[in-house]
Amino acid sequence: MQGNEACAEGALMAGARFFAGYPITPSSEIAELMAEKLPLAGGSFIQMEDEIASMAAVIGASLAGVKALTATSGPGFSLKQENLGYAAATEIPCVVVNVMRGGPSTGLPTSPAQADVMQARWGTHGDHPVIVLSPYSVQECFELAVKSFNFAEEFRVPVILLMDEVIGHLRERVELPDAVEVVDRKKPVVPPDKYYPYENDASMVPAMANFGDGYRHHVTGLIHDITGLPSGKPAVTEKLLGRLNHKLDRYLDRITLYEEVAVEDAELVVFAYGCTARSALEAVNAARGSGLKVGLFRPKTIWPFPVEQLEKLSGKTFLVPEMNCGQLVGEVERVVGRRQVHRLNRFDGELITPDEILLKIQEVMSGVQ
Amino acid sequence: MFSEIAQYFRTEALPHIWCPGCGIGTVTAAFVRAIKNLQLDQNKVVVVSGIGCSSRMTGYLDFNTLHTTHGRALAFATGLKLARPELDVFVVMGDGDSSAIGGNHLIHAARRNIDITALVINNSIYGMTGGQCSPLTPHDKRATTSPYGNLDRPFDLLDLARAAGATYGARATAYHNQLLTKLLVNAYNNPGFSIVEAISQCPVSYGRRNKFKTPADMVLWQKEHAVTRGELGGEDFLIGDIFKAQAPEFVAGYGKLRERLRGGSADG
Ligand SMILES: Cc1ncc(C[n+]2csc(CCOP(=O)(O)OP(=O)(O)O)c2C)c(N)n1
Repeated sequence: MQGNEACAEGALMAGARFFAGYPITPSSEIAELMAEKLPLAGGSFIQMEDEIASMAAVIGASLAGVKALTATSGPGFSLKQENLGYAAATEIPCVVVNVMRGGPSTGLPTSPAQADVMQARWGTHGDHPVIVLSPYSVQECFELAVKSFNFAEEFRVPVILLMDEVIGHLRERVELPDAVEVVDRKKPVVPPDKYYPYENDASMVPAMANFGDGYRHHVTGLIHDITGLPSGKPAVTEKLLGRLNHKLDRYLDRITLYEEVAVEDAELVVFAYGCTARSALEAVNAARGSGLKVGLFRPKTIWPFPVEQLEKLSGKTFLVPEMNCGQLVGEVERVVGRRQVHRLNRFDGELITPDEILLKIQEVMSGVQ
Repeated sequence: MFSEIAQYFRTEALPHIWCPGCGIGTVTAAFVRAIKNLQLDQNKVVVVSGIGCSSRMTGYLDFNTLHTTHGRALAFATGLKLARPELDVFVVMGDGDSSAIGGNHLIHAARRNIDITALVINNSIYGMTGGQCSPLTPHDKRATTSPYGNLDRPFDLLDLARAAGATYGARATAYHNQLLTKLLVNAYNNPGFSIVEAISQCPVSYGRRNKFKTPADMVLWQKEHAVTRGELGGEDFLIGDIFKAQAPEFVAGYGKLRERLRGGSADG
């Protein structure tokens, strides 16, 4: 099965019943599969006039109570940003799959890249929460697609499943379970006249009523108070933005997914995600085979950034291979210190090979010792 | 009388933001009367709007209301309607909202003939941002970004919607607000994409720059230039039902596809 297919299967199993999208390589297979499968599953598929409209339709569907996603790549992802910000501000759960390709602009439509790592976090204007997951195998496309929906529903945030061309088009054996754990958004338990759509409770995530269920309320991208109505008051603004930007804090343990390989005694840790992590794993194994103390830290959740996990490894030397001019490496430097971090970047549309990483490991290690 | 329609308003959200003499309040009342006359279930009514003075209407109405991003209201509404067809979906937009940044969404909603009723409040100007010209500002008229007179020609929004596939189009004015209510009822009853253009006055950002001394002059202008049939002189425009057509509706079509594929069962 292909990564894009696994992603579609995961979305369906997580309960997605709505897809709106606009064709773009290398993500189109997801739309095509959804067009075929959603009506059979009692859901809906619509090809919109552009990515801005697709994102809008997804939010509309989610507000009607239907789990919804869209899928795109670089140029389309740029167009999603306007309404991604809207989803973050209004706390409407939704999932955006971005199968990354080379940029900027039309760039390299059919070549892999990890070019949108920062855009996924900061692409829309204003401070806002977002969760970004990055799979490194076809199996993980499935698993993280399920997680994406569960996180979106539980925390009422847009979740971005950040794949890349290699993973999207890769074919691997996968094991699909018969069922998965599915999380649904918290519904109000109070009667409609007691319902405040943005009321804060200990969970920091307000209960969400679907449109049409009798809990008439207002949803706006303007700064709003707990009733949902607009307010420009400094105290209201501070409260809303404070809650939005801190609501994930208490759940970081559960949101931050990662894998560590042989990091304990490692002198050098390779920090890699997505398709680059496949080459990195091979390189790390080869280095270990030749007696070098090297490990791998592989974040599956890249935003929120795994700060605590990396802090535990500080003191070690890091190597960050990325298929861009250096994006997430800046975050690694921020946590473990700039002097500790080495870069390996490729942005010519070709994969970083295990040999290239191994060579760099050897070069760095000869300096370390 | 406001008391007749007060149940449809969030009175706690008032007073509204509109300037003295603005026509949006009159149009809002006409819109709410249509919903009242149709006896729609308040819990099933969704009103979606874009960004602008006109679009602020949703905040004051006690329905399921969605104030979206500039120009995108119809796209949000499309997702809502397709996901939950039993909802009655109305969309309120300004002239810039619907014809400039949202023009593409308008023609595609019309092309799909999706069962949504769109109300465009045409005040000939970008009101909220202080009076820049819009694609519906008449030729030669003044705006802050057409200080020497507008060189462009305006759209006829109803012609555009008809050509794109809408199946009902109508026009009224803030002055002809009882007609507006009737047309909105017709629009709702059309099982497809319907668009109603409400010509309205913006005394502060449009009137002042275009030789209208008072808001009343603008309302009188509406009265004088709105015609129901016959030859159109200079600034005249048609009001009433402008076009009706029949075409397959998108959401119903999708429902049929679903049924066909699933052999009649309709859960989930
Ligand atoms: C993407 C984007 N561009 C520009 C704006 C600024 N803006 C707010 S309202 C508006 C125009 C409003 O004019 P119109 O749609 O005619 O509605 P009115 O205010 O006259 O009712 C503009 C350009 C915005 N909010 N978002």
